[in-house]
Amino acid sequence: MPLPRLIPCLDVAGGRVVKGVRFQGLREMGDPVELGARYSDEGADELVFLDVRATLDGRRTLVELVERVSERLAIPFTVGGGVRSVEDGLALLEAGADKVAVNSAALARPELVTELAREVGSQATVVAIDAEGGAVRSRAGTAETGRSAVEWAREAEERGAGEILLTSIDADGTRAGYDLGLTAKVANAVDVPVIASGGAGEASHVAEALEVAQAALLASILHEDPARLRTLRDELRERGVELR
Amino acid sequence: MRVAICEYGAGNVRSVRLAFARLGAAETDDVLGADLAVLPGVGSARAALDGLRRRGHDAALRERFDEGRPILGICLGLQLALEETEEDGGVAGLGLVPGRAVRLREGRVPRIGWARVSGGDASFYFAHSYAAETPCAVSWSENVVAEVRHGSFLGCQFHPEKSSVAGAAYLESVCRSLA
Repeated sequence: MPLPRLIPCLDVAGGRVVKGVRFQGLREMGDPVELGARYSDEGADELVFLDVRATLDGRRTLVELVERVSERLAIPFTVGGGVRSVEDGLALLEAGADKVAVNSAALARPELVTELAREVGSQATVVAIDAEGGAVRSRAGTAETGRSAVEWAREAEERGAGEILLTSIDADGTRAGYDLGLTAKVANAVDVPVIASGGAGEASHVAEALEVAQAALLASILHEDPARLRTLRDELRERGVELR
Repeated sequence: MRVAICEYGAGNVRSVRLAFARLGAAETDDVLGADLAVLPGVGSARAALDGLRRRGHDAALRERFDEGRPILGICLGLQLALEETEEDGGVAGLGLVPGRAVRLREGRVPRIGWARVSGGDASFYFAHSYAAETPCAVSWSENVVAEVRHGSFLGCQFHPEKSSVAGAAYLESVCRSLA
């Protein structure tokens, strides 16, 4: 298996980085390209950019952001938020993204995952799942779907998803640790890599998450202090986690 | 130095283009005449091969190869150069390099992430579900073929354009070997 990955996640809205707690109370935290470059310098293995308020107006802004990121950075990055069609996905990949993440639109029309994987390949198709109490929610956590995270992850894999980005809404922004139970259930249910997301507060949380998932997403823990990524990597290595 | 990047109409070719631009290479559309032709790796095998044929790149690459002029295949670009691939129910490749691409059978697939390559300490970024089975392998990563060399063709399964400092150094050494 490749080395476990640490993936800073930049939630963006209107071209700026934002961050909330349990998906609420978004605060502005800077320029995505500058912050992305900083994380790359501090040793990020990958980056994720999620447009948390994707609108038609925002779509063009997002493509421009992806173009700027790829000009500046030579590490892989995933982009998601408001991807509703293969064309939306292709526009992001052509602008320089390596993978596209689909969420609400895939829940509304699961064939989107199949179509995207066929067109761009599984390795570029990420299905993002937001779960609360093990149940999937859509539209940035605002709507119930009646599906379980495990069952939806399995279906996504069958349809060609190459990676599952699993966010626990319960843990998001709390810095109290990842939802290890849910992450393990999903990781055991699929054979594709799983990225654990939501709840990182200290190195021990990340180490625990990397025992059940192949990558850990990091957000709140880093945004006020991007240099924390480097010390976090050092602390993880001291704990015996082998990193790049 | 002039580099031709063989587009075939699927996904992220921009990163490869930018990586060579950072090294100071000039880009050309002339696949036959360029100092280096690059076959990037994105999308699925069948769509990529159809795209290459539509643009006439398949014949141009074959001619380059027969003349012993350098070609770099990246990820799927490496696999396309083989005789065939298991992907998409079995597809004939360009046949520049003996061997075939087979689906990965160990670990989580796609194999995504950074891994070391034999013969060095640096880690490179991989993202693939298929890998080469070929007598022309020259390096490995966790039992997976990482690089292939045959005649004037060099293929890497990893993405140097996405492998940060190590990847830039790799591409620079490829360019330097042509100078």
